[in-house]
Order: sequence, then structure tokens, then C-alpha cells
Amino acid sequence: MEKLISKYFVPGKTFSIDEYIADGGYQAIRTVFEKLDSASLIETVKKSNLRGLGGAGFPCGIKWSFVPQNTGKPVYLVVNADEGEPGTFKDKYIISHVPHLLIEGIMIAAFANNVHKAFIYIRGEYTRPYQALVKAVNEAYEKGYLGKNIFGKGFGLDIVVHRGAGAYICGEETGLLESLEGKQGRPRLKPPFPAVVGLFGCPTVINNVETLSYLPFIINRGAEWFASLGSDKNGGMRLFSVSGHVKKPGVYELPLGIPLREIIYTYAGGIRDDRRLKAVVPGGLSAAILKADEIDVGMDFDQLRAKQTMAGSAGVIVMDEKTCMVRSLLVTMRFYAHESCGQCSPCREGTGWVHRILERIASGGGKSKDLENLSDICSFMGGTTICALADGAAMPLRSYPQKFKEEFEYFIRHGKSMIEQGEEVSA
Amino acid sequence: MPKVTIDGKEIEVPQGTRVIEAAKMVNVDAPYYCYHPGLSVAGNCRMCLVEVEKMPKLQIACHMQVQDGMVVCTNSERVLKTRQHILEFLLVNHPLDCPVCDQAGECWLQDYYMKHGLYDSRVSENKVKKHKAVSLGPTVMLDAERCILCSRCVRFTDEISKTHELGIANRGDHCEIQTFPGKELNNDYSGNVVDICPVGALTDKDFRFKMRVWYLQAKDSICNGCSMGCNIQVHYNLDRPHHAKGERVMRLKPRYNEHVNQWWMCDEGRYGYKYHDHNRILAPLKRAQADVQEISWDELFTEAARDISAAGSKMAVFLSPQLSNEELYLARILFREKLECRNIFLVSPKADGKSDDFLMKADKNPNTRGAADIGFKVDPKRLEGFQEACEKGQIEGIIVFGQDLFERLNAGQMQQIMPRLKWSVFIGSNHNLMSESASYVMPSATYVEKEGTFTNCEGKVQKFNKVFNPLPHAWSEWKILINLAKYLDVYFDHEEVEDIFEEMTSQVAAFKNLKYDELDRGKSDIRSMAAPTIPALEQYDNIL
Repeated sequence: MEKLISKYFVPGKTFSIDEYIADGGYQAIRTVFEKLDSASLIETVKKSNLRGLGGAGFPCGIKWSFVPQNTGKPVYLVVNADEGEPGTFKDKYIISHVPHLLIEGIMIAAFANNVHKAFIYIRGEYTRPYQALVKAVNEAYEKGYLGKNIFGKGFGLDIVVHRGAGAYICGEETGLLESLEGKQGRPRLKPPFPAVVGLFGCPTVINNVETLSYLPFIINRGAEWFASLGSDKNGGMRLFSVSGHVKKPGVYELPLGIPLREIIYTYAGGIRDDRRLKAVVPGGLSAAILKADEIDVGMDFDQLRAKQTMAGSAGVIVMDEKTCMVRSLLVTMRFYAHESCGQCSPCREGTGWVHRILERIASGGGKSKDLENLSDICSFMGGTTICALADGAAMPLRSYPQKFKEEFEYFIRHGKSMIEQGEEVSA
Repeated sequence: MPKVTIDGKEIEVPQGTRVIEAAKMVNVDAPYYCYHPGLSVAGNCRMCLVEVEKMPKLQIACHMQVQDGMVVCTNSERVLKTRQHILEFLLVNHPLDCPVCDQAGECWLQDYYMKHGLYDSRVSENKVKKHKAVSLGPTVMLDAERCILCSRCVRFTDEISKTHELGIANRGDHCEIQTFPGKELNNDYSGNVVDICPVGALTDKDFRFKMRVWYLQAKDSICNGCSMGCNIQVHYNLDRPHHAKGERVMRLKPRYNEHVNQWWMCDEGRYGYKYHDHNRILAPLKRAQADVQEISWDELFTEAARDISAAGSKMAVFLSPQLSNEELYLARILFREKLECRNIFLVSPKADGKSDDFLMKADKNPNTRGAADIGFKVDPKRLEGFQEACEKGQIEGIIVFGQDLFERLNAGQMQQIMPRLKWSVFIGSNHNLMSESASYVMPSATYVEKEGTFTNCEGKVQKFNKVFNPLPHAWSEWKILINLAKYLDVYFDHEEVEDIFEEMTSQVAAFKNLKYDELDRGKSDIRSMAAPTIPALEQYDNIL
């Protein structure tokens, strides 16, 4: 399989601007400046079927076409590098190894959307990626690749790097905007959507690091080529972050639509100690869990949705037979209870309540009504809030007990896990 | 204009109308906590989720704008079930301490539970502990455990008072309302956060534990604290004097009036009601030297009238912009037209005070504008003439309506003037230096004990109602004037305030074409604006 972004993932190495240029970097932006205008660039991206790889999978070119250019206000580009979805660590790789690829992608997106100021909102915990990114931005400025009149073509772009403070909710695009504006990270009511009223009240394009990083490839090798790499309407490749009980966890760049089984057994080397697979979370913690017999699904946005789960951020979390599903759901729900911003009542109260119910079950105090109650709570937590955090919490909360009912019932009845010599994640 | 159908009822509304407002227009009840018509939309409580045709997810009616052809359903099985569960979420960590909560009886959690909840509790987990009995400032207490984090108070301090003291700290179910470090909730409008708090989280230090709200009765009135004339409701109790040391007025609440105060009132007005039940003049008094005796109104009128008649034009009358239009009108007819007194002065009983560009006016009288319309203006220059006249012995007696002339004029001068007068009449509700030195003291009613109209600084004539009867021996000033007149052989045939007003409409240009019973904006109760499901306090009257 050809490597695009991941060819730069050399352990311990960050490509400097010169090394990146020597490798053919910053060619795409020159092509854009010389041969394309905004409209044809957006058309190219549409044709490539590039989807939003942060998790929502919204077609990138279409997103760009929503941005009004005649409001008299500047248009901003905000790069979502918050990467908070548990099980996802691809953006960290990109920023750590090849920050200039991202910068070039930002330049292309900026040109397409008539943006002259871009903000990179990077997750607070990413200290070294942040340093690499700041260094790269400085290099680009020094070489005249950022700032005014880039390459003498009359186009100017500034990039501001902003560090988050570690809140998951600041990865939600409007929560991110609030945080970037200096406020509490609390998602906004929509409409208006950020494309129209975004950062500081101005039209704003928000893209994920990975999405932007594929843009140079699309320009260099063509939209049709990129589209042909993936499956129907799911263009190109994406970076799968594989973690959990596999022999070779890591980031794998594979075409969209590749079967999950192949990712686990071919690329990640199969299950540790050759145990049996029990369950997989296919797209970051907020995706519904799949059982071992459901892994023949193609890993793209549409096929996974058909399986009532989601491609999300492509964080593949693999669990083997020694995993206690009750405890792993407890850990999962503790995350949402901790990260709920507290704005909407169903999410604020629901995530905490569910977590406390699971805590009680996990400490042996389960009641016969618990599963029914959890399912009921779950139904009204999802779909009733401003942002998707509660939906994300509802997905595992619904799917774990549904798919591993026996295990949950056992725990409730006996006050202990069905998995005898559990090596499960500690709760 | 877009047309929308809500629960089968069709209505055309202006572009941009929110579904929740449209629902109100067709009398459809979409419950809510965080929505407030005077504040920005937060959309966080999720109580108002409704079904909108062609939209898969439920939508919040407070944020959703009406679009042409939209079909909304607020009472489907799905909506009702969701509403019930949202309420359950709101109550998961609620302490359920209604028996000791001041809000009980006017709590939206209680009301909505009875209307939209009625489920059996299934919470067997511990509740999240938060701060209780937190003093946010001089007037407001917070119980963070009762709070449903609707953020109305935060938005109020951001958008209305613009003082930004409040914020929400922490995340998830550990969220709490807090004042910012080093700040306290201490602005001129802080009391409003208690009004808009739908639950028992924010309570009023002044009202806390004074009386259960179901013992309260309410009557519409107009604040007399300044010339703005904010519309208010007087909450009072007459049946349980033992609960509040005999006080009758328990609290004042703002009443919605789009053109005057919207939903709000200032703290100065809100807490300025104590004088109704304190330091009151309880009986008609006659004073000769140091000898003070209680006498009957009849004797008082007889003796005062004798002195007034004897003085002829050698007297001065001090009217007050605290008096109603009707009283000022009668005073004008009696003293100026009939008795032909030349020395009539309008003296404010209060010095100018704090003002802002919102509701607080420097003029702390409710009716300065009305007095001007009837022909009386505050004029310090003319007052100098009064002092001169006194010195020349041209004044035998004075009639004073409420003011403490020792305070409002020069105290030293007053002390010289008073002994030179043959007599002085003080008509007032509360004791002050005048009541302690006047030869005739006539106890009058406060504005909650009488009815009438005030004209606010913008020229709006507003009616205030008699909330309850005056103290046993106190009379409204208009009644005092009519009766005093009788002893002076001037006969007014007005029996009610309305009759006086009626006459004014033909005699005073500013009142032309006004109709008394149309002045009363009537039943616009702040809570009926804020929550259509909660009965106005009047409805509790039957229960008492």
C-alpha cells in the first residue's frame, strides 16, 4: 500500500522546511497559485471526495462552498488540532513528523476560501507537537512562505498557534471557537453555523489537521486519483489510529473502505498473545462498539453508519477476550461525565448519573432494573442536546449492554465480572 | 409573514419569531426554564423540545425560528416523554428540600413536575454535593444544589445590569453559579436575579424565611421610588401577622410593562417598602406646646378648619410630588381656587439620588411630572419668598403634605419659623420632625393603602391600586382633602378617585381623553409573562 502522509512518519524525526521542500514539499501551493483560482480549487476538492477526517465526515469541498465571501468581514480558517477523541492520535503524528505538510494544506485551504488569517487550535497536552509546530511556522515565516505577498503572488497568510487547556469539548468546533475567543469551551447553538458566523462573528472554515494534510496530495496528483483510492464517495486514504490489545498498535494509513478485519489482523498484527478478539470500537470512543463477528465491515463513513456505528476519527480500539465490558463501559462513561461541559441538562446530569450507576454495578451493587434504566436514560440523553457529546456518550452506553447483555446481567446478578482473570483496564 | 401551525392551531407571525413565542400567541404551553423573553437564548435546559415536521430530531422551541409552512407539535407522545425525562435529569442531583426551601410554592420544578413529570424516582445514587447558603452579595443567597444551571442570572448580569459578576464554574454535573473572584453580586438591579431564577437557587435575603409564598396575596401597583414609575406587584399578607412581626408588605416584584420597565425593577425600589409598616403615625394628633393628645378626625378637622379660615391668605401649603394626580388636583382646587392661597409650594420630600440610563431616575418622586401638569413646579427661588414672608409675619400657618421641612429647607431657619407660626398642619403617613412639631397631625395612607394615578417622567399616566386598607386611623390624602374642605365650606362631590380623575380629564389638558379604567394594565403579572403555566398569586386567594 502506498504511503502518502505516513511516509513522513520516521521515528524520532521532524521534517524541517528544507527537508520537506527537498521531498517535493510546497509544490502544491505553487501549483495552486499559478494555475488555480478559488472556484476551481473548491471544485477540485469536491471531486476528490475528501471527507472531513476529524470525525464528522462532511465533504470538505461542500463545506467550503458554504462560506459567504461578500459579508464585508474577513473569513477565518481554524484548524482543529485538538484531537481529543480517545483512541485517536493521528494528528499528533502529522504535527510531530511533518508540520509543513499541514502548513501547506492550510495555505491551500486559505487560498480556496480567501482567508488571510488561520488559527491552529492545538490540544494542550501536545507539548512536543506544539513545539514542532511553532518551529515549523517560524521556519515558514523566515523563508517567506507565510506572511505578506507569499512567493510574490500577492497572497498573504498569517498563522496563529493557540494551545487548548485539555478539554475534550474544545474539539467540538463551536466549543473550540468559544475557547479560541477566550471564553469557556461551551458549544454554541446552531444555526447560525460557523461557516456564516464563526470566530469573532466572522465566516469561518474549520478543518481537521488530517483533512488539510491531504490537500497537497490532491493538488499534486489529481482529484480523480485521490477519489479512486477510497470507496464510493469516501475519497482517499485516512490514518487509522489502532490501539488496545493488538500486537502492533500505531497509526496506519489505509484507503477508506478497507475491511476492519484487515486493519486488525493484517496491519496491526492480530491480537496480543493470539487471544480471541472480543470487541472493537471502530471510530474513537464515541462510536458504537462492534462484536468480533462484525469486523468484516468496510471502514468508511457510509458503511459504518449502515452498521449503526461510525467511522468517526478512525480511532480503532481493540479489546480481546479478557476485557470486562462492564468495566470498560464504566471507564468510557467516566470520560464523558468528566468532559461534559455542563450546559445542557440531559448531558450534564445524564453522563454523571450513568457513571454513578455503572460505578455501583462495578462495585457489586447492581440492581435488576439497572439495564433497563440505563437504556432508557440513554434514549433521552442522545439527540436532545446542543452538541454531539451526549450522542457520543449514548453510542457506547447503548451498544455495550446491547451487544454484551449476558456479561452485564452476570455482573449485576453476581456482583462480579464474568471475566475471571480479568486483565482489563483498571476502573 | 410566515405562517406556522402549532398543535393544529394556525398563526401568522413576524419573520424571526421563535416557535416558543408563537406557541404563546396561540395559547399552547411549551414549558421552559432557561428561556426568558428579556434575555438572549441559551437553549440549555431542553425543556421546550418540540417536534417539527420534516425534522428528525426534536428542536428547542426557544431557539427555532418560525418558517413559513412549519408544522409544530408540542404534545406528541415523543415530546411528552422527552419532557418528562428532561425534568428527571434536572432533578437527578436536586436535593428535594422543598419543605425548607423558600421557593416552594412558586418553584418551576414543583409546578412542572406536577404537570409534566409525575414519574417514580429511580435515582438510588448519591447526589453531587455543592455549596449551600452562599451569600452572593448584600441581597441574594445561592443554594448551588438547587440550581438547574439555566444561566438566566448569568445572562441578566451580562446583558441587563451589564455588571458581569456571575459565571458558571466547573464542568458537567459539578457546574456551579459563582461570582467571579473578588466580586460580589452587588449592583443596582441584583434583586432581579431572584425573580428570574425559576427554582430555589437564588433567594432574596430580605424575603427569605419571612413567609411561605402561598400565604401571600398580590396586587398590581406602581413603584413610588422614583419618577420612572416601574410597574410592580405588591405581595402582602394580612392574615398571619405573627409570621412577620405584624408587617403587611412582604415584598415587591416587578410587573411586565413593555413600555416602562419590561421585566425589571431596581433594588432601591424593590427594598424601599419598609416604611409602610414602620414608624407610622397611628392616630390624629393635636399638639399644644409639649402636650400631645390623640383626638378624633372630626375634632381635628373642626379645629384645623377654624385656624385655616382665620388665617385667610396668610398661610402656606407645601404639596409633595409623592401625592397622586387626583390629590394634587383637589389640593389645587381647594387651596388655590377656593381659598385663594398664594403661597403654594411643591417640595420634594427627598433629595435627588442615584440615576442611570436604565430604570433609576434622580428624581425620587413618582409624580413630579403629574404635579407639573396640574400646575405645580419645584421652585427653590419661590421658597426663599416663603422664608421672607415668615420673617415679615405674613404667614400664620402652614399645611405640609408629608415632607420634613426641617430636612428639606434650612433646619436652623425652620426652628426659628415654627414658633412664629400660630398653627401648622402635617398630613403624612410616617413620623418625622414635622409630625413631632406640628400642631395638627393627620395620619395619611401610604400609596399601597390607597388608589390613584402617577404620571411618570416620560408622561405615562399609570394607575396604582389600593393593595389593602389603610391603618385604622389613617386616611388617604384625597379623602382628607375632601373632608377638610367640607369644614371650610367647600364641597366636593367626588366619592371615588375615579370621579376626581374623570373631572381632571375635562379640566387639565394633560389628562384629556384618558379613561381611568383603561389606565390599569391589569393582569400582566411578571410570572404570567415568564411562565404561562403558573397561576398568578391572586388565584391562591380562594385557598386562604
